[in-house]
Amino acid sequence: MNLDCKHVWEHISGYIDDTVDAELRKDIERHLEHCEICSAVLDSTRNILILTADDRTFELPVGYSERLHERLAEEIEKSKQEPLASGLE
Amino acid sequence: MKQACSTTEAGLIARILAGEKEQFHELIRPFERMVYLTLISVLKNETDAEDAAQETVISAYRHLASFRGDAKFSTWLTTIAINEGRKRLRKAKGAAEESIEELGEDHSGDFTPAPLTDWREIPLEALERKELREALRSAVTELPGIYRQVFILRDVEGLNIEETAEALGINRGAVKVRLHRARMKLQKRLAPSLKTVAPARRRFFGLFGRAL
Repeated sequence: MNLDCKHVWEHISGYIDDTVDAELRKDIERHLEHCEICSAVLDSTRNILILTADDRTFELPVGYSERLHERLAEEIEKSKQEPLASGLE
Repeated sequence: MKQACSTTEAGLIARILAGEKEQFHELIRPFERMVYLTLISVLKNETDAEDAAQETVISAYRHLASFRGDAKFSTWLTTIAINEGRKRLRKAKGAAEESIEELGEDHSGDFTPAPLTDWREIPLEALERKELREALRSAVTELPGIYRQVFILRDVEGLNIEETAEALGINRGAVKVRLHRARMKLQKRLAPSLKTVAPARRRFFGLFGRAL
């Protein structure tokens, strides 16, 4: 089937995650071979995902881990007198 | 046959429940980043997210006995984090606003991406640029809550569709739709700004090629 650009855009995300079925995948690939615009949309979306996965993009606040474990240590100390509760409130 | 090892997740949990409470530090360590990112996806603000991350970890510690081994520990923890974040959101804004419900779901239909052929040709150095990471971070922060949460769980933390659906209490279809919309919104928002970061440069292939 010949897909138009709009149809391809609708499936860009599924195409990247490989959740589209084989036939649609083939149709998309055929379209991408000759469509500069859709190829650019696909590549730019992928580039965003690569940047997203870069640990430097979403950094933890400085000292986060230390503060977390400090707080936890206090809680553990406190709880040593009592058994751990069961069941979420 | 696999031997039960005391340093595995299940082994650690058993030891903690048996009284070696200090081991909770080790149990939580691999998930610290995940807990924080989950909360930043709900709360946006760094201070609130850190505060809520601490509460999440404390709550997980207190209720560890209720964790059922048939779920993944990471999913259980993410669910606690989401609930903690939502609780704070409700407190801060009143239940009427934003995110938790289907509110803000964008049914406006057609999406038109930024059709810039320049960007696929950005040089590798551009992806290394700090400005680009900052632009992405603020674009993610500005996404509507329901998209931001799915995007961060899936594309930043790397949870799969099933885990994301479970943590957010939505179905798999909703995860896919929201993720798609989040990614397309980011593409549309960021592609034009990249033009100024990366001067157009003709190359035959995209940076990562199509076969990636």
